[in-house]
Amino acid sequence: METKTTDLAPMGTVRSPKREILEENLQYLTFNLAGESYGIDILRVQEIRGWVPVTKVPNAPVFVRGVMNLRGAIVPVIDLRLRFALEAVEYTKITVVIVVTVRSDHGDRIIGMVVDGVSDVLNINNAAEIKDAPDFGTAVHTEFISGLVAIDSGMVMLLDVDRLLSIEEMFALDTVRGSESRSVVAHAS
Amino acid sequence: MAIDIGQFIQTFFEESLEGLDVMEAGLLALQPGEATDLEQINTIFRAAHSIKGGSGTFGFREVTDFTHAMETLLDRVREGRLMITGEMVNTLLESVDCLREMLVTLREKAEIDEARADELRIRLLELLELNEPVVSKPISAPPPTSSQSAASPQPPVAQSSESPGALGWRIGFLPHANLMHSGNDPVRIFRELASLGALTVRADRRRLPSLANLHPEDCYLAWELELRGDAAREEVADVFAWVEDECDLHIESLVEPPSFTAPEELRSSAPPSSLPPLPSSAPKAPAEDVVQGELMQQQEPPRSDERRKPERRPSSMASSESSSIRVSIDKVDAVINLVGELVTTQSMLSALGTDFEMDRLDKLHEALDQLDRNTRDLQEHVMRIRMLPVSSVFSRFPRMVHDVSGKLGKHVELLINGEQTEIDKTVIEKIGDPLVHLVRNSLDHGLEPPDERLRQGKPETGNVMLDAYHKSGSIFIEVSDDGRGLDREALLRKGLDTGLLKPGEEYSDEQVYDLIFHPGLSTAKQISDVSGRGVGMDVVRRNIQDVGGTIQIASQWGRGTKITICLPLTLAILDGQLVTIGQDCYIIPLLSIIESVQANAEMVNRVAGKNEVLRFRGQHLPILRLYELFGAKGAVTDLMKGLLVVVEADGRQVGLFVDDLLGQQQVSIKSLEKNFRRVAGVAGATILGDGRVGLILDISGLVRVNNAVL
Repeated sequence: METKTTDLAPMGTVRSPKREILEENLQYLTFNLAGESYGIDILRVQEIRGWVPVTKVPNAPVFVRGVMNLRGAIVPVIDLRLRFALEAVEYTKITVVIVVTVRSDHGDRIIGMVVDGVSDVLNINNAAEIKDAPDFGTAVHTEFISGLVAIDSGMVMLLDVDRLLSIEEMFALDTVRGSESRSVVAHAS
Repeated sequence: MAIDIGQFIQTFFEESLEGLDVMEAGLLALQPGEATDLEQINTIFRAAHSIKGGSGTFGFREVTDFTHAMETLLDRVREGRLMITGEMVNTLLESVDCLREMLVTLREKAEIDEARADELRIRLLELLELNEPVVSKPISAPPPTSSQSAASPQPPVAQSSESPGALGWRIGFLPHANLMHSGNDPVRIFRELASLGALTVRADRRRLPSLANLHPEDCYLAWELELRGDAAREEVADVFAWVEDECDLHIESLVEPPSFTAPEELRSSAPPSSLPPLPSSAPKAPAEDVVQGELMQQQEPPRSDERRKPERRPSSMASSESSSIRVSIDKVDAVINLVGELVTTQSMLSALGTDFEMDRLDKLHEALDQLDRNTRDLQEHVMRIRMLPVSSVFSRFPRMVHDVSGKLGKHVELLINGEQTEIDKTVIEKIGDPLVHLVRNSLDHGLEPPDERLRQGKPETGNVMLDAYHKSGSIFIEVSDDGRGLDREALLRKGLDTGLLKPGEEYSDEQVYDLIFHPGLSTAKQISDVSGRGVGMDVVRRNIQDVGGTIQIASQWGRGTKITICLPLTLAILDGQLVTIGQDCYIIPLLSIIESVQANAEMVNRVAGKNEVLRFRGQHLPILRLYELFGAKGAVTDLMKGLLVVVEADGRQVGLFVDDLLGQQQVSIKSLEKNFRRVAGVAGATILGDGRVGLILDISGLVRVNNAVL
């Protein structure tokens, strides 16, 4: 299987005074998911690779496809459609995994997310272009949306990856749903 | 040529801290009140001496002063003029602590607390006086040129036999040829001596070779010195302290008829000057002893009659994890050899690869086998570099036992075995604290007070044993004592009270003793300063489990307790057995596998209509269907069709039901938690040969799951 690897941004960009200046020129990587357009901060993107089968993790929530080998590091892969409780689809040639850095209380994590396909890099010159997210009308729970940007062909929803891919939050959700086989293991822990 | 002294500072700290460990060990080996073991004293003295020398070179005046006080005391003992007392050992031990703290503080470039050092130094000096017939010579500041001997209040001893109304001393000074290589300068020594009294020096030039053969940096002269005055013998000896090992020295009292028979020829030829002629070529190397001497002067120990209570500060020992390891050259050489072999194999393979034909397939296989062997060997040897003898952990215990047993008023003997057993550095760092806890427990709860021991017909002195050894690919560390043992009944009651055990059921000893690992369950009658609070046994067990180890207890009421810790040789790599469950591939650590069997109908029974057990070699083992546990799809569900892998962890065995066995492989363990989270039943992940991720089963976790389910 072919693997596309594009290094887009250096790691470890921190919020610093420099960043304030950059606010004027924000860049977002946009991708498609179930016909809608989403954007994530390009500084968080480590690389984009083609989908390759991953190793399943037992008793993980359904949206955790498994773990993959990213140059020796074990990286979980999340299906964003399933994360948003959208209909699952067959993975195709253009299905990609966007590898992103997620900040958490437990340090930075590297997580891969499966999306239908990447589309573009969105330049935003003026922070005022970003509108607040409405309370309804999207497939995605609005708590993960940090803003909306109108573009020629429609609208891009900007995602907060730290919330969206927070392992703690994903598993808190999972505990509510629960499943039979999982409860057996839960005894032990 | 300017030498940047800074680059040696780190070495100085490392060596000094090692020296302190040596001193500590030596002090603990001393038996107060018994005949002094001269070898021990010398070892301690040498360590103190090197620290003093080093600190002088780097200008750490506080350390130099302090070590000097210790050294003076040790010197008296060495000369047999002081008896070692318990108090002395304790004070010296405290001094070692204090020095260690000073060194650590200096390394961090912080201000050191001189108050404590001063206080201890005073106590050291008091010990000196306490034990000696002090003559009332005032401790006045000595002349500025005098040596370090002046720094401590040398009680100028009225030398009993040696110097009855001594006129002075006759000194035969025969330096070895290399005296000046170490930066010592005879002239300086003579100057020091001259400050003690009237000095006459005669040089013996007989050894002087012809100019053609003369090596300018060697010392060919010998001297005969006469010092008249009331200087004490050790004052004189102290002047030579730095060159002791590099010369033949005779010091005799002048009263006796001169026994030093210098040849007449020499006597007449030597100029009667107070300074000897120097070989003109003698290098004026910087001599640190003079620096030392001057430094010492500024430090007249403050005297106080009342002994201040020592301010105890928590020792910072625990936190100092060494960032470098010393590796014996053998280990490094072995690795270099292996790399050589690897290079050979590589060139062999590339030669094969350039124009490969099928008829040379055998050769290829052979080369690949060799590569496999090389890689394995290399890996093993590289791992060995990380291995440290367990003595680096054990070495702290003699001191701890000494202190704690003193505090508890118990007589304890600590026996240590197998301290040369080697363990991975990471494991060593992690097991230190749990071991401390276990030993403290033994001292505090395990061993009875002396009177109780006597009542029970046991020897008054209790034993605590530390033992380390290799067995079947793991490392075992045992902590045992011959104390009162665990109170099974009390534990059982506690277990029932807290609901951890169910009434009316039979429990094995093991299950009962296991209770002490539960948080909040202590049978200690009272919480003491030493143990019974803070970190409990649950933390001990968790720490051990964190490094992939297990812990077991054996105990006999009234006879003692033995705690066995089993640790993996290394954390980074394990031998794995690949198994399939449905479409997924998992890895079982090879070490935990007892056997793999294909079940038949007679071997499998059902208990209470639900739980399946496997009859295996006379035992009944619970069966764990992994596909059920992991929710795997497409797995074999018929017990007769798959395979049962019998594994053992924490002393319990279970049969794991898997589809099939694949190959065996060495795998390096990767963290699953770093980017994801802990997964029940999975210990970690690894990268398989094809680049995919394989999950490593957590056998002791699975065994626990099984117990919880049952």
